[in-house]
Amino acid sequence: MIAASDLAPSYDLVVIGGGPAGLAAASLAARAGVSTVLFDENPGIGGQIYRAITTTPVADRAVLGEDYWAGTELAADAKASGASIVNGATVWSLDPQRMVSVSIAGKVRMIEAKRVIIATGSQERPFPIPGWTLPGVMTAGGAQTALKAQGLVPSGRTVMAGNGPLLWLLAAQTLRAGGRVDAILDTTPWRNWLQALVHLPDFALSPYFTKGLALLREVKAKVPVHRVDRVEAVGKEKLGEVVFASGGRERRLPADLLLLHQGVVPNVNLANAAGVAHVWNDRQLCFVPVLDPDFGSSVPGIAVAGDGAGIAGGTAAAERGRIAAIAAVRALRPEATLPDTQAIRQKLQREEMGRAFLDWLNRPAESFRQPEGETLACRCEEVTAKQVRDMARIGCEGPNQMKAFLRCGMGPCQGRLCGLTVTELIAAERKMTPAEVGYYRLRPPVKPITLAELASLPISEAERKAVER
Amino acid sequence: MFKRLADAGTAVAITVDGKPVAARTGDTVAAALLAAGIDHCRTTPVTGAPRAPYCLMGVCFECLVTVDGVGSRQGCLIPVREGMKVETQLGKREAGR
Repeated sequence: MIAASDLAPSYDLVVIGGGPAGLAAASLAARAGVSTVLFDENPGIGGQIYRAITTTPVADRAVLGEDYWAGTELAADAKASGASIVNGATVWSLDPQRMVSVSIAGKVRMIEAKRVIIATGSQERPFPIPGWTLPGVMTAGGAQTALKAQGLVPSGRTVMAGNGPLLWLLAAQTLRAGGRVDAILDTTPWRNWLQALVHLPDFALSPYFTKGLALLREVKAKVPVHRVDRVEAVGKEKLGEVVFASGGRERRLPADLLLLHQGVVPNVNLANAAGVAHVWNDRQLCFVPVLDPDFGSSVPGIAVAGDGAGIAGGTAAAERGRIAAIAAVRALRPEATLPDTQAIRQKLQREEMGRAFLDWLNRPAESFRQPEGETLACRCEEVTAKQVRDMARIGCEGPNQMKAFLRCGMGPCQGRLCGLTVTELIAAERKMTPAEVGYYRLRPPVKPITLAELASLPISEAERKAVER
Repeated sequence: MFKRLADAGTAVAITVDGKPVAARTGDTVAAALLAAGIDHCRTTPVTGAPRAPYCLMGVCFECLVTVDGVGSRQGCLIPVREGMKVETQLGKREAGR
């Protein structure tokens, strides 16, 4: 275990996030002779896709599937690379001068970096439906994390709702592990096929095509699938039943666990707070950082690799990490021997093939992104969709003003679970585009820290004298 | 809601609101609560509504609990440790914790 006191005051390269992009980047840079540290807030490396890759209790390889186990090599490669890898390390600030503030086991250090690669990946898109804050309602990704890291598998009456590859993968993994899935509520709008079909030829050539079909067949053979346009979680103190409807015909299913998922979006908080420019991506319905071909951002010396650069999946993330790392090494140590960038770019292109099909097909319906009435938009501060809509109608122009009026986005999650919803609601009410509305202006600390942690910063004699009277 | 797949890991004894809970090595606080069938881990400061772990990856802050006397810790990011005292958090975090 590396403690805060073991860290150097500066590194050539600081990588933030230990998923595929971060691991691949740190490994490549360290092997090229660049002093590299990787910070990750989780107990172990792997990120979410390769969660607990070195410690998972799920021994039967068939349960999680070979795509998961592909992470073993990446993790081993990074560990052997000479990069310092620090888990349980929360980066809570990154400034445009590349000062990285990190908290490790309650101790804070501020580290200077010549280059920074943000590899904080993605998070699940908010899924604001009535009752989504009830205990018993979780994200599908959350359930998958519990399976990978702790070998926990849904055992009660379980309903999965939403769309996108992860939902089907989790259903298959749960069934293989002997868990229970009572029903899948597919929220994919039929009309998505119209836009998706033109991209089918590309997708048919991608490795995800046959895998996806096999997954659908495996799950549909065992679980009833309902196509729905409305989903509600109902219960008093916890989930009791799931209500769903298709074309007005309402049905109810008693349930202990409802797992929601409608795709993933870049986890923008750290990059946004560092001043990295973002733009609205209408196909993926989220904000993505503005990046050059080497994944360099609008802030000099800061790159964003992996799904944080726009959603493309785990294997693409690793290639993106390598490209960003090569750019960093070229700048820091021009004499270093580097792998062939062209080959990596070609691999990345292959991985990204068919993404358009997946994006258009799994674009969540408006009704699941833009809630109405008493449905909570902001979980932390318990702000309803109606409050946000009303405020937009009487003249509130943007998310930052909305914070002042309603406190949405000002709770502990710092807008992670309401940001896109609030932007879209304002856009809908004011007949603007999400690009025009913009996103929350985020500020450090992007994760809450205690005063005691701040006070643990080492102070030099000169600094002490400067404030002593 | 959840069952454990295998008997992997060894037992780690923690307490939740003073009651013993059998966790396992590799558990985070939030996972241990889910595995123990504990309904909710906190109530909200605004309306007092019960909340339980939601995302398990550090973005939703629903699994905030008091760990060894420190309030508002993200249960999904903290590995369990023998003798750890976890408390559910009612409403606002208490001053000084």
